[in-house]
Amino acid sequence: MLWLAFHFHSLSLEVFSRGAAVPEPLAVVEKQRGRTWVIACNDVAEACGVRIGMAAPAAQALADGLVVRKRDPEAERESLAGLAVWAGRFTPSVSLEPPAGLLLEISTCLSLHRGLAKLLKLARSGVNEMGYSAAMACAPTSHGAWLLAQAGVEKAVRDAARLETILAALPVTLLDQPPAVLEGLERVGAQTLGDCLRLPRGGVARRFGQSLVDELDLALGQLPEARAFFVPPASFERSLELPAPVRDAEALQFAAHRLLPELEGFLTLRQAGVQELELICRHERREDTLIKLGFAKPTRDAGRAQLLLRETLGRTRLEAAVHTISLRAPLLLPLSATCGDLFQKSREADGDLLLERLRIRLGKDAVYGIETAADHRPERGWRVCEAPAGAAANRHRPLWLLPRPLPCHDGRLKLTSGPERIESGWWDGADVARDYYVAEDRNGAQLWVYCDRVSGEWYVHGVFA
Amino acid sequence: MNPSLELVLQHPGIWRGNQRAQTADDALPTGFAALDALLPGGGWPRGALTEVLLSRQGIGELRLLTPALARLSEADGWLAWVAPPYVPYAAALAATGIDLRRLLVAKPRSEADAWWTAEQALRSGACGALLAWLRAADERRMRRLQLAAETGHTWGVLFRHARAAQDRSPAALRLLLEPSTEGLAVHVIKRRGGPVSRPVVVAMPQAGSVRRARRAAPTLSLLHS
Repeated sequence: MLWLAFHFHSLSLEVFSRGAAVPEPLAVVEKQRGRTWVIACNDVAEACGVRIGMAAPAAQALADGLVVRKRDPEAERESLAGLAVWAGRFTPSVSLEPPAGLLLEISTCLSLHRGLAKLLKLARSGVNEMGYSAAMACAPTSHGAWLLAQAGVEKAVRDAARLETILAALPVTLLDQPPAVLEGLERVGAQTLGDCLRLPRGGVARRFGQSLVDELDLALGQLPEARAFFVPPASFERSLELPAPVRDAEALQFAAHRLLPELEGFLTLRQAGVQELELICRHERREDTLIKLGFAKPTRDAGRAQLLLRETLGRTRLEAAVHTISLRAPLLLPLSATCGDLFQKSREADGDLLLERLRIRLGKDAVYGIETAADHRPERGWRVCEAPAGAAANRHRPLWLLPRPLPCHDGRLKLTSGPERIESGWWDGADVARDYYVAEDRNGAQLWVYCDRVSGEWYVHGVFA
Repeated sequence: MNPSLELVLQHPGIWRGNQRAQTADDALPTGFAALDALLPGGGWPRGALTEVLLSRQGIGELRLLTPALARLSEADGWLAWVAPPYVPYAAALAATGIDLRRLLVAKPRSEADAWWTAEQALRSGACGALLAWLRAADERRMRRLQLAAETGHTWGVLFRHARAAQDRSPAALRLLLEPSTEGLAVHVIKRRGGPVSRPVVVAMPQAGSVRRARRAAPTLSLLHS
């Protein structure tokens, strides 16, 4: 077993700040014992002199323009669930450690991610991309890893004996014990876990309760641990509240990027892809704006979604300021994992991307493929399609077809071949009865003309280009 | 000639005024031997713009390209048609051997969008060939397309009116097409490695069916709305 623990030490702060591209002084306060205290603040606020443990009015007096937010446990819970969804891209065994921790069992997925170092790097960049910060630690036991992460000891320990020496140096305050127990330990002079371990077991259990002994055994792997794993939701919808209302669609891009890694993790875990994504922009006192992203093929690649999002948002004009955005995957399509190319990037992927970009700028119906249709009438012998299947070749047809036949008068056309009679369509009201010829005009152009057998009029219907 | 001098002259870095440039780029055979002989590298230039100038549509300008397009459609990559003047007819295209699954038609609403689309298609490298019918060409736009074609290593074909023959152009190859009794007369106005004066006549496959018309020719001409 190898556990990777994340400790999101600034989660209470980051639920408010991660949607902002430029940090502004921010402090999160909580009411305790009748007074409002600062429980977290960002670097910008700290530079102004705001400290954790200050009274809220004092902090406000120190920093000009300090944004003070009340702690939002609900948002923290949601963020942690979102992070657990994201972590699904690494391993299906994800366990929550509320309020600000995640534990991943990674021994089985190391070779998939080509080693522990690569996995840690990927995890680190993912956390940053989503706008969080975390302390990460690895250990053979989940509680051991969690203690290390909480202490900010970012080590990857794979050996049980080494874990014991490293844990021994950690302060006892990290333990998940009631304050009375921690106070008692301090009174007997036990500052570190090592001190606790040196105390006689029986005495410790009698004096401080069995739970302390159990916790230490759990951390060292001497007691089996039972962890409940996180069950990902069936559908994906994640919201992000913006720190300040935004009007500019391009500024939304930054916030939306924060949600994409979660989506990627979710899709990986579900072995699914999306062909359409919805970005919902919520306004004050107004209908929500729905922005749709369409992909050429089902995908789960966050990079693709990011490119598409940039193109789409660059062309969107918002009618009102947005305070919250939501990203939703309306329909999940099965998509198996793709193999990475060993040597070169395939043109296929580029092709899909080009198609998506053109469709965003030109509109969905301005970019299409064509295919043949089984109908004798030339105007119905082809149709627009998304992905052409087969084609019935006919070499007696011109390469250009006029969108609608043009009547022709005066001047001379030389009929070079024909006629080819086409009579069809009496059943749907668009019946034709025509004799088609190939004709050459005075300039040497070869045209496809027909004589309407009902009216006797002549029309040009195509050009042999 | 001195054999050692001969050896020196064979160096690919040496270009003499009376010979065509040796392109390192792989050229795309046109399917017409007479034309291949005229073109640098023996075919359509990949990774560059080709301009096709004509005064009248329907003289065989697409039939000139179809062998190369059919060959390209066997590989990955789109054959992008940007702003075609008429409807590309599926059955006829299939008959020339082009795989319709590779065909991508874009009909931008504005001229600026059309130029943008052509540039994107060339630059992305996702297209084997780009065929574009663009108006309002100026040198800056043309140069952008030429650079995009080089970046994406894509064969870009621009159809323009014969009036533009006198304009300057950054395209690597410029052809002026005229109808002739035996087929299609191709004048090479510009190519890498000097101009040619004599037009080459390319025999075109007969358009449409081969049966002879029995009917008397009516008095007709095309009215363009």
